[in-house]
Amino acid sequence: MTRDLVSLVQVVAVALGGLLLTGLMAKVRARAEGRVGPPISQPLREVAKRLHRESPRATAGRAQGMVPTILVVTTAVAAGLVPLAGLQTAGRSGADALVVVFLLLTGSLSLAAGGLATATAFGGMGASRAMALSALAEPALLVALAALAVPAGSLSLPVLLAHGLSAPIAMVSPSHVLAVLALLIVVIAETGRLPVDNPSTHLELTMIHEAMTLEYGGRDLALVTLGAAMRLGLLLALVGTLAVPWGLATSSSPLALAGGFVMVGVKSTVLAVVIALVEVHSAKLRLFRVPELLAAAFVVASLAVLVGVVAR
Amino acid sequence: MSRRVFPVSADDLVARARELLASHRLAVIVAHDEGERLRVVYTFLAGPPDDRVDLVVSLDAEHPAVPSLAEISFPAGRFERALHDGFGIEPVGHPALRPLSHHGHWPADYHPMRRGAPARPTLGSDDLAYPFTAVEGPGVYEIPVGPVHAGLIEPGHFRFSVVGETILKMTPRLWFLQRGLERLGEGRRPEELLELAERVSGDSAVAHGLAATLAIEEATGQRAGRDAWRARSALLELERATHHVIDIGAIVNDTGFSVVQARALVLSERLQRHGADLTGHRLLRGAITPGGGVLRAPLDAALYREVAEQLADLVDLATSNTVVADRLSGTAVLGSDDARRLGVVGVVARASGVAVDARISHPLTGGATMRTGESGDVRARFDQRVVEAQDALALLVRWAEGDDVDVFDAAASPDGDGLGIVEGWRGMAVHRVSLSGGRVARWSVTDPSFGNWPALAIALRHTIVPDFPLANKSFNLSYAGNDL
Repeated sequence: MTRDLVSLVQVVAVALGGLLLTGLMAKVRARAEGRVGPPISQPLREVAKRLHRESPRATAGRAQGMVPTILVVTTAVAAGLVPLAGLQTAGRSGADALVVVFLLLTGSLSLAAGGLATATAFGGMGASRAMALSALAEPALLVALAALAVPAGSLSLPVLLAHGLSAPIAMVSPSHVLAVLALLIVVIAETGRLPVDNPSTHLELTMIHEAMTLEYGGRDLALVTLGAAMRLGLLLALVGTLAVPWGLATSSSPLALAGGFVMVGVKSTVLAVVIALVEVHSAKLRLFRVPELLAAAFVVASLAVLVGVVAR
Repeated sequence: MSRRVFPVSADDLVARARELLASHRLAVIVAHDEGERLRVVYTFLAGPPDDRVDLVVSLDAEHPAVPSLAEISFPAGRFERALHDGFGIEPVGHPALRPLSHHGHWPADYHPMRRGAPARPTLGSDDLAYPFTAVEGPGVYEIPVGPVHAGLIEPGHFRFSVVGETILKMTPRLWFLQRGLERLGEGRRPEELLELAERVSGDSAVAHGLAATLAIEEATGQRAGRDAWRARSALLELERATHHVIDIGAIVNDTGFSVVQARALVLSERLQRHGADLTGHRLLRGAITPGGGVLRAPLDAALYREVAEQLADLVDLATSNTVVADRLSGTAVLGSDDARRLGVVGVVARASGVAVDARISHPLTGGATMRTGESGDVRARFDQRVVEAQDALALLVRWAEGDDVDVFDAAASPDGDGLGIVEGWRGMAVHRVSLSGGRVARWSVTDPSFGNWPALAIALRHTIVPDFPLANKSFNLSYAGNDL
């Protein structure tokens, strides 16, 4: 019962937190550039406003109409499964890292399919770019997770994190640091941030993520925006927790769990601010240079595995 | 300055044009509807020393036809298409006589520039659908973009033929902003032309306003005094500095490095507010009149110095970012041979190493230096803007601190028409005014964008699709100035 409740709260927290973090990152960027910028609640307000609207759809409306739901639901399931506040989560056998990756990938695939379903040049263009980059980002992600799994000998997130909590010295091992670095690069690519994609551009021809969503409006657009924000919130929280697991509740007492939520909120906020500040100093890579960045992430992740296995 | 007019017969035209093209560039072809006859004027320019040669062909208004110069001059081919659309003049032997400005729903025989042509023709079916060339082959697909865009941009349609991410061909379709501007000027008193000229392209109010003013002054014999020239030259350089600063920010913003644009906009805003103090209008409208030119406030050397310093810092910030440098370098190259052949002008031409600048070849006031780049890529066009903005600010500082302008004398008109040539921030603006009974009988406007649009398509070959906005911004051509 408590586990289910915690999962539910996690899903809501990831949804609200993701939207607020998106707003926060825009705000940090604006302030660092000397602009006032929109309020932090802007993405939240936009989603709330659009949820009440009709969804205009292309002629191939049915396939397109399913995409926002699939995106939000898969991300929500992943958000409910992973240990964010405490070690005990809804997954009876413990959430497996691969399950989380594949849930997120299902969302990406549906979004790309939606981009193709609208049969517009931009949708297809965005989908092809997103899939090409995804194909390069996923291996790096999997290998980085494998590196984190080496000390505990398990890909189950609670087991892995419990091991981390019991052996804090492992958090400063070269293998761990390299793996977290690789994860960060993948997160930046997967959430469409600079230098891979520019979330604030209006230039259709340069877009990756946004190009796939150009044909969405009303409630559909609200859900797609929400899905993207949840993804950002979830990935930041997950990377924050994997990097520094302290603060995770080990018992299921309400107080410990509340503390766990606060801690994961702090970790993801810090990460979001850091990413936004890095963004201020970065420009968007030429599209054909992005594979080099993701290849670097893969190499770093592979090194992490190697170092981890040797050190074991 | 020398301006010469030679009447030629249609038969001699090609030979004479070929002779002139060896030393001159074709600036514009203008047709005048004079009832029974059509007078077509081919203006060739060279300089320094400032030399302007008109070849004038008189045609029968019933069946007007001229031999086409398209085979010996690319710009001539485009002017001929414009004359075919506007006046129904047949360029005999034109290799690709497609509509240019002719709207698809207009009747085929509707020529809006002819006397008595109704302002609103009856619209028919889309018989003359725009002929996009379809590129065929495995994996080739098309991306249609615009005319409605996601940002605040003027309307234009771009049709890309792409393999993977590489552009094979891009065809721009323009003239969505056709306002019939030249016809609107007809019948006005000369000084009433200015309000239209300043609206040819909103960002080039001084360039076009001054070019129209010069054309009027030459046609009427009116002359401006030294005070007026002080105001005119300062406004022209202020406009140049302001818009180059805006473009420098905008080009870098298209690489996602938005902090540079945020700071560039602060600088351009200060220049525009200063401009509002000088003229009463942020876009510098209303200060230049035939025979006159007044500033309402003194020039501000301290401001120009400060902007110049901060601009240098900003450029440093942008170019020292390796990703920005990588995005700009080698992107959308316009080779100097292509630039020369296409008759490109302005910043774009000079960035490709073509030394064409009306401030040097057709000087109004002294002080300008010829600056050219080499590589013809986005970086060269970016650097060209930086250099020209700094030159403009340095000139403004000199004038603000009491240096006087050198005024070059204007010559009397040999044919009663006036020709005004001004190097605006975007490039060479050419206006031609014919008066009749104290009223404007014909006003022709050539914005530098008209000649530069085809060059964008050439520069884009083998560029990748996501680099298009960057390439487009580095050209920053006007839609309104092209469409008129």
